[in-house]
Amino acid sequence: MKLHKLATVLAFGLCFFSALANASAAEDRSIRPFTVSIPQAALEDLRRRIAETRWPDRETVDDQSQGIQLAKLKPLVKYWGTGYDWRKAEAKLNTLPQFMTTIDGVETHFIHVRSKHPNALPLIMTHGWPGSVFELLKTVGPLTDPTAHGGRAEDAFDLVLPSMPGYGFSGKPTETGWGPDRIAQTWAELMKRLGYTRYVAQGGDWGSPVSSAMARQAPTGLLGIHINLPAVVPPEIAAVLAVGGPAPTGLTDKERAAFDALSAAAKMGNRSYATMMGTRPQTIGYAINDSPTGLAAWMLGHPGFSRWTYDNSDPEKSPDEVLDDITQYWLSNSATSAGRLYWEYGGRSVVFAAVERTLEIALPVAITVFPEETYLAPETWARRAYPNLIYFHEVDKGGHFAAWEQPELFSAELRAAFRPLRQDF
Amino acid sequence: MSTASPAPNRRDFLATSATALLATSAGAAAFNFTSSQPAAAAEASSIRPFTVSFPQEEIDELRRRIAATRWPDRELVSEAASRRTSATLAAGDTQGVQLATMQKLIQYWGTEYDWSKCEAQLKSLPHFVTEIDGLDIHFIHVKSSHQGALPVIITHGWPGSVIELLKVIDPLTNPTAHDGTAADAFDVVIPSMPGYGFSAKPTQPGWDPIRIAKAWTVLMKRLGYNRFVAQGGDWGALITEQMALMAPPELIAIHTNMPATIPPEIVKALAAGSPPPADLGPDEKRAYEQVAFFYKFGLGYANEMALRPQTLYGLVDSPAGLASWILDHDADSYALIARSFDGEPEGLTRDDILDNITLYWLTNTAISSARLYWEHRQTAKAGFFDAKGITIPVGVSANPSEIYTAPKSWTERAFPKLLHYGHPPKGCHFAAWEQPKYFTDDVRASFKTLRTA
Repeated sequence: MKLHKLATVLAFGLCFFSALANASAAEDRSIRPFTVSIPQAALEDLRRRIAETRWPDRETVDDQSQGIQLAKLKPLVKYWGTGYDWRKAEAKLNTLPQFMTTIDGVETHFIHVRSKHPNALPLIMTHGWPGSVFELLKTVGPLTDPTAHGGRAEDAFDLVLPSMPGYGFSGKPTETGWGPDRIAQTWAELMKRLGYTRYVAQGGDWGSPVSSAMARQAPTGLLGIHINLPAVVPPEIAAVLAVGGPAPTGLTDKERAAFDALSAAAKMGNRSYATMMGTRPQTIGYAINDSPTGLAAWMLGHPGFSRWTYDNSDPEKSPDEVLDDITQYWLSNSATSAGRLYWEYGGRSVVFAAVERTLEIALPVAITVFPEETYLAPETWARRAYPNLIYFHEVDKGGHFAAWEQPELFSAELRAAFRPLRQDF
Repeated sequence: MSTASPAPNRRDFLATSATALLATSAGAAAFNFTSSQPAAAAEASSIRPFTVSFPQEEIDELRRRIAATRWPDRELVSEAASRRTSATLAAGDTQGVQLATMQKLIQYWGTEYDWSKCEAQLKSLPHFVTEIDGLDIHFIHVKSSHQGALPVIITHGWPGSVIELLKVIDPLTNPTAHDGTAADAFDVVIPSMPGYGFSAKPTQPGWDPIRIAKAWTVLMKRLGYNRFVAQGGDWGALITEQMALMAPPELIAIHTNMPATIPPEIVKALAAGSPPPADLGPDEKRAYEQVAFFYKFGLGYANEMALRPQTLYGLVDSPAGLASWILDHDADSYALIARSFDGEPEGLTRDDILDNITLYWLTNTAISSARLYWEHRQTAKAGFFDAKGITIPVGVSANPSEIYTAPKSWTERAFPKLLHYGHPPKGCHFAAWEQPKYFTDDVRASFKTLRTA
């Protein structure tokens, strides 16, 4: 028993480290180097808990309609507890320059990679849930070092990848109010602190509302945004979807397809996780903070993972890829704090134009539509939603986690999308 | 959001599974049957005695896990906001079960709490198992010593179990010891629903409330009862209502403490998210607001279980995760339970709460029980609280702290043969558990006139 307690205490070693740094900095604006170093005892505690997983009986259906299937989860959890090596994930992070800075009372962790090319365009990219900076790591090379990845020197970006408050190695807010608007303000302050006077922003999933809020707020220096989960659903379509009504007449083929996808997702209950975290994040928080298997299942329940097999059939979606992300949630003890972002948003959908107040965005907006996204934004709706749409492109590969699944294609899209804004730069 | 929605009918699939052999799950293996398992289908309809018994290692293992609980950080809202009841609750008040409450619960559960007392109480009752429709069904069966006792089948709900009904067994079967007369006596049958407690876990889909209702009628007839009544709250209410809709000739009346009374025009207004219609009386307006709020902000857990029950792996791997999930049923019962862990018990003690949670843990039924929400969603034609057109006699308890307090006007419309409209001074969603005396009074009053037949 003592060993378990010790392990639990040690698991908080990282937080302790952060707190220490914070105390000595006394709310200053300094930017402090940061290295991830999880105590070995925390990793052993995790392995022990994984090995002791107590399983339910098998689902009573032969598909995913009751949730994460037992036979699909078991091999992943087994590998997690035996073959998986967090130290490799830690090394992936630690080969990149990481920093901490306190903004608005919350410690903000971020990766900051400057390009070797002069005049690189500064870009702040925001992850989502159940993602983290891990979902963005494979774009660091292509974006900051384009000449090594099929691009040109003038396509280079200086890249800033923060962990949202309550996520990963950032601090956990201790008061309410940390929705996308406040995160957006924090990001603007971060870019300012880094000395960037002209920059762009990008995001999918929660990164989309955060980037959109930045565009709405239009802080000095922000030139435009690119999003891969745009909020284009018009109010009259949102109203029909809210009551589960039939498709309105007069839709184009692509609008009809988008409506059907959203309608089917609603009927299949694909957002049940969002409803739960949107109303009672603390209640689900105990189970997923105490059970690694519970956490893994809860995260893999996101529809963005529905086509992932967590095996080695696709190197971009290998078990290590998802386990790096899940393990980071576990080790940073952030399953509950991350879920609160849904509560802050009242469980509302981030694809509705009215929810995102897209008409208030005057800055340039660029959109890439990835074919396996939860719905495919039609260009007609996108033009209605975003008055200043400078780029709209449908690509042939990739899903909800576009940067994770198709890093090269994703990077090429960002180069193309932001190219016109460089002329102002 | 109502969990009722159109979905493919899976009944066709059931025909093939009716004769399927029972699966023995990890949880079921923990039970000791005092009689041998049925060796052949011919013995399936036999009624076998059942003894509750868990190995000490499982109790020890539970305690070890409780002690190793890994906590999240505290919720970001105040205690006052977290404890607000349905009368005052507003959007954005609560983030769920409070850390301080959970820590008190876990501290007590892992140290002072003694499961063996609950096990002894269960063992003092006659338990049986019988196979119905391919599944082993557990039930408690207590016969009254009084002649002419009225047989009643009482069904628990989620997150309840037979434990929520233990306090009413003696008042119902032995009324002369509990302010009643011999003429108030009942023979009591208390089954565990499929996937719950000591009943088997279905391994095929199809065990929705309708199928359970059918099984209950089979059970009562198998026990030799040809004239009986049924009672329930929560899922027990839905199942009891389904029995009433089927109206087998043996079922003469029902009593429900979660009456489904919402009239069709109100169902429509709720679905549209409209404000309360202007012509509602004060009780109706309050009921409307309670239901509207519950559908919008209180159903997250039900929604998750109706849509992705299997994703809740954490509930069977983490005692704290299971406990918090079970505590967060509805605002009023949560406030009551939380006060109990603060040292102010009113009807539900810490032991009451933990007896029930421990039963879910030891039987490993968190997910198998959650599937009832999923099953309901496949076939339900109406929401939990919508009036369903019952024509047989019905008695009602409209508890003041229920998810919604059924107004008398709606109750009279929903149940044309209303036997009794009870309005106890106190009582939450778990009426039989929290206020066994008021519950017993209402059940007696409801069926009094039917005893002479």
